Amino acid sequence: MRLTPDAWIFWQYGFISLNATIVFTWVLMAVLVLGGALITRRLTTSHERSRWQNLLEIVVTTIMSQIKDVGLKNPHHYLAFLGTLFLFVAIAALATVLPGYEPPTASLSTTAALALSVLVAVPLFGISSQGLMGYLKSYLQPTPIMLPFNLISEVSRTMALAVRLFGNMMSGAMIIAILLSITPFFFPIVMTLLGLLTGMVQAYIFTILAAVYIAAATRSSKAVKVPSPAPAA
Amino acid sequence: MLIDWFTVGAQLLNFIVLVWLMKRFLYQPVLNAIAAREQKIAATLADAATTEAEARRQQREFEQKNQAFEQQRADLLQQATKAATAEGERLRAEAARVADKASAMRAKALATDTEHLHAEIVRRTQQQVFAIARQVLDDLAGASLEQRVCEVFVQRLQAADDEALSALGKALRDTSEATPALLRSAFELPAAQQTAIQAAMDETAGQTIALKFETEPDLVAGIEISAQGQKLAWSIEDYLSALSSAPHTAHESDATVAA
Repeated sequence: MRLTPDAWIFWQYGFISLNATIVFTWVLMAVLVLGGALITRRLTTSHERSRWQNLLEIVVTTIMSQIKDVGLKNPHHYLAFLGTLFLFVAIAALATVLPGYEPPTASLSTTAALALSVLVAVPLFGISSQGLMGYLKSYLQPTPIMLPFNLISEVSRTMALAVRLFGNMMSGAMIIAILLSITPFFFPIVMTLLGLLTGMVQAYIFTILAAVYIAAATRSSKAVKVPSPAPAA
Repeated sequence: MLIDWFTVGAQLLNFIVLVWLMKRFLYQPVLNAIAAREQKIAATLADAATTEAEARRQQREFEQKNQAFEQQRADLLQQATKAATAEGERLRAEAARVADKASAMRAKALATDTEHLHAEIVRRTQQQVFAIARQVLDDLAGASLEQRVCEVFVQRLQAADDEALSALGKALRDTSEATPALLRSAFELPAAQQTAIQAAMDETAGQTIALKFETEPDLVAGIEISAQGQKLAWSIEDYLSALSSAPHTAHESDATVAA
């Protein structure tokens, strides 16, 4: 039993190893990109459109509305990053119904890479939104004393992102593998269904947390005015 | 070790590539399609708004035209009504005038008929009276009516007032054989009556005068003498005239009393 698909190595040369994590990631990338390209090849702008186009538009507009609900004013700007995060994690979880498949997100290397990308993307979006100095000042908020804690927060929340997703995905795959060896017929199906749900929830949580971090970075220096309560009549 | 740093790097690169590919092949086309559709819908809505505005404008224009048309129709109707009323009044007046004219003509014709009828009645009455009187005179006196008429004429001549008598005598004296006095009677006078009348004339004139006898049936049993513009006459017509005027007089008197 493998704890991580990293251990499923197809080819290795020195420290370069072609493991299941990378291969399944490529497969998912191919599915996402080819599927998207196939559907978007025949997009129509009229009122009549195909159900696949309709599905894609629903997915894209829903992601954008969620990004907007988090507090990011220009969702187009963040759609590529956050939308890809969500779709990749979600498709990786949904594909667990296929036999012989192991989700790349069950690898701590993948979740760490995704968390690192969030760790890099947050300051990039923050700097592009309020400038370098404005963003750096956000680490001194509310007082300079909070600088180390803010830095620790940055690192810890990145680690939390990585470990949370890895733990959930890995545990789901592990439980199914264990149950398959004990009660091969009924319970693995139920746990697979539960794993699908868990995977979707994790994709949502990962994306929303990334969006919240980006939102915090892009507006941290702006004073948030709390409306004073209306005087009693 | 759960983390393979080569895999981490590869996955990081994979993710970055995936982000770019997804943006290129999925998000951008979909967003473009949505934007194009929204633009098309906005254009359609704008067109609809324009069309609606145009429709409203045309509706207002139509309503205004309709209102003007109604007003014009009402005016024309009023004018037509007025003209028809005036024409009706004119026709009524014309009809009344024609009716009055016809009525006047009818009244005139009626009056003419009445007059003719009256004249005819008078004529027949004269004839009847003449016949009755002659018969009565024949029956009672044994003398002919003509004789009696002559007698009455002579009496009248003799009883005439002096002024009339002198005027007649002067006229009779001026007569000659060429211009004799003319005595007209309704009937052929017998020789005896002619002689009596000649004698009465001569006596009136104080000389023998030239006298010419003529017969004129219209005199209705009367005698008339005319000479040099002077005339003396007597006939039953005088009585008949009095008789014919008597009922009118009586009727008019009744009408006056009634008023």
